[in-house]
Amino acid sequence: MDALTLARLQFGIVTVYHFFFVPLTLGLSVLLAIMETKYVTSGDESYKAMVKFWGKLFLINFAMGVATGIVQEFQFGMNWSQYSRFMGDIFGAPLAIEALLAFYMESTFLGVWIFGWDKISPRLHATVMWLVAIGSNLSALWILAANSFMQQPVGYALRNGRAEMTDFFAILTNGHLWVQWPHVFASAVTTAGFFVAGISAWHLLKGSPRADIFRRSFRWGTVYGLIGTAAVILVGHAQAQYMFKIQPMKMAAAEALWQTENPAGMSLFTIGNEKERRDVFAIRIPGALSFLAYNRFSGEVKGINNLQEEYVQKYGPGEYVPPVAISYWTFRIMVGAGFLMLLLGLLSLRASMKGTFEESPRLMRWMFWALFLPYIANSTGWIFTEMARQPWIVFGLQKVADGVSNTVGAGSVAFSLITFTLLYAILIVFDVKLLTKYAKAGITEAAEPAATGEMA
Amino acid sequence: MDLNTLWFILIGVLFTGFFFLEGFDYGVGMLLPFLGHDDRERRVIINTIGPVWDGNEVWMLTAGGALFAAFPHFYATLFSGAYLALTLMLLALIVRGVSFEFRSKDLSSRWRNGWDWAIFFGSLVPALLWGVAMSNLLHGLPVNAAMDYTGDFFDLLNPFSLAGGLAAVAVFSLHGATFLALKTAGEIRERSLAAAKKIWPVAVLMLIVYVILAATTTDFFTRMGYDPGVVPLAAVVALILVRYFLGNGKEGWAFVMTALSIVFSVITLFVGLFPRLLVSSLNPEWSLTIYNASSSQYTLKVMTIVALILVPFVLVYQAWAYWIFRKRLTVDSELEY
Repeated sequence: MDALTLARLQFGIVTVYHFFFVPLTLGLSVLLAIMETKYVTSGDESYKAMVKFWGKLFLINFAMGVATGIVQEFQFGMNWSQYSRFMGDIFGAPLAIEALLAFYMESTFLGVWIFGWDKISPRLHATVMWLVAIGSNLSALWILAANSFMQQPVGYALRNGRAEMTDFFAILTNGHLWVQWPHVFASAVTTAGFFVAGISAWHLLKGSPRADIFRRSFRWGTVYGLIGTAAVILVGHAQAQYMFKIQPMKMAAAEALWQTENPAGMSLFTIGNEKERRDVFAIRIPGALSFLAYNRFSGEVKGINNLQEEYVQKYGPGEYVPPVAISYWTFRIMVGAGFLMLLLGLLSLRASMKGTFEESPRLMRWMFWALFLPYIANSTGWIFTEMARQPWIVFGLQKVADGVSNTVGAGSVAFSLITFTLLYAILIVFDVKLLTKYAKAGITEAAEPAATGEMA
Repeated sequence: MDLNTLWFILIGVLFTGFFFLEGFDYGVGMLLPFLGHDDRERRVIINTIGPVWDGNEVWMLTAGGALFAAFPHFYATLFSGAYLALTLMLLALIVRGVSFEFRSKDLSSRWRNGWDWAIFFGSLVPALLWGVAMSNLLHGLPVNAAMDYTGDFFDLLNPFSLAGGLAAVAVFSLHGATFLALKTAGEIRERSLAAAKKIWPVAVLMLIVYVILAATTTDFFTRMGYDPGVVPLAAVVALILVRYFLGNGKEGWAFVMTALSIVFSVITLFVGLFPRLLVSSLNPEWSLTIYNASSSQYTLKVMTIVALILVPFVLVYQAWAYWIFRKRLTVDSELEY
């Protein structure tokens, strides 16, 4: 494999891996802040036990997110030096602001939160958790501002062979950012909701002590997760319509639509021949894709082959078609997981409101396994949005092959790829082991055994 | 003063803050297996930095982000050039980053001992490599006219940069020892003071070697003259005073002196560099400077406004966090990690 392929593989692995941990941090920090606020306003100790239990799992997850996040900042210079030179103005600025505004906030206040239970007043302690939550979610906003530019460049001028910033506010008000960030935030809420609901369901199924807290956690998690899922679907729809406008090729690949159609049919199931760019077998719903794109059953949706011709005229000779099968399937897995969550969430909410949830071991088991669905959707969503932008690293401005470091050989990248992957494989074993252990341990009457580690 | 100079200063400030704060975190990490004789003692040592290490590490992330934003060519050349060294540093930082949290989550002594050594190496490797990296900026690296690094891993290792790496390890260990003496009471404090006294001559020796190599292998003294001014002198005086205060058992002042010695050393390095960011060993003309490596003036202006608004807040709440955890810890304290 050449250095470019290895660098891309490494970016994919370390970034998807990092994003295993990020959504739970974003979503659960807010939920913990709500729980602790409830504790402070009600004075009910059971809310404190609830915060402590979920807080422990939060911290194990947070540590992994922080540790793997360092690579994220360094790897642009290491593996994508030409991209960094080209994009320094625009990518570097939000990254620096992310650190200055968000990383300081979340890390400093999280330290106070972990160690400050007896050192500051409960009210201040809850406020500190809100600051952690705000800090974490602000960091997502800034890094997505940078990513949004890669999807839809705005507020720049090409000068001195670089994309120079000309309008900071255009970068902040980039239309793409304001569909992408709500999408990511809503999926983070979903991730945390299903995480909390899933583990609570497991405890209710096993008849663990403090069923009162797990019953409440289950209801909170389900409602929170459902709000997230509903928002993710609505925002996702808006985002898809936006993408039909700014990156039609991405959506054509998502739908395996080879030729422009009007009205356009939506693929329910396609087996395609990617080389010859045609369907081998397909079931399509007539007009449905036009509806997805424009909320009406007619309207032209551009196909892959037509866009390829258009892009050759616009950007010069070259291959502008992303990997269609990967785009098509990751998109479908993401959307499918989302609707499955919606269904399970609604079933659980109904059962929970009728008081029959704990009579249905099957639903309880389903809800436990459902905690993995957001992880599947989060990962496939990112793989889709980044892969289906190929061959561009910055849409319309720079190709991936032109962004890679020109001075780093394949041997060096192979070394880092192998060592990062090995270390990450080892760490995920520890992470899952610890999460499982502390999730299973549940809530005992003794105040806080886990914090001092007396639980092994 | 133009914006390029202002950002050179700001990045100097960020690196100074980073080495001052993470310096003692690295030092505490390196001393952990030696100063903590049983699990309880090691927990005390970890808990002295427990609430603050992550916030301290953000100084490094901010410095990195600021380099990317203000001097993207420098960020690109250095980070791709020092590829393997940075890979090693990242591996170490990842392991260290999870170890504080993971260590406390199981009682088995094998588990805890393993993570203690993870903390040790996770602190030693970055301390060493940062020393090597910063020294190389001044020493010079093979960078061509297109700003591309043309060397390999071994070009990063020269007598001056290796001395810089070892000096960083020694000074950070000393800094960590005075910090531990300040933040603990009883036996761990005594042990930390004793360790500081043992490390001190090593740190002084490394600094002398470093200065001699600076004179013989870099252009520091030819550019600055043999009387480079009050700042480098202050770094030396502070380091000497460390021993004086250690002898008096005044660990608070000793800590202030190790801190000042680090702060003045980093400032000296940046003064020696200015207006260059990375010296080219192939041709001085090809050095990366604050002008040829910078972002557009517009970006620098935006970032200046952002920094002026945000930095004061950061300083205030980080100081607040230190104030909350100002008390000394002992084996009888309530410990989180």
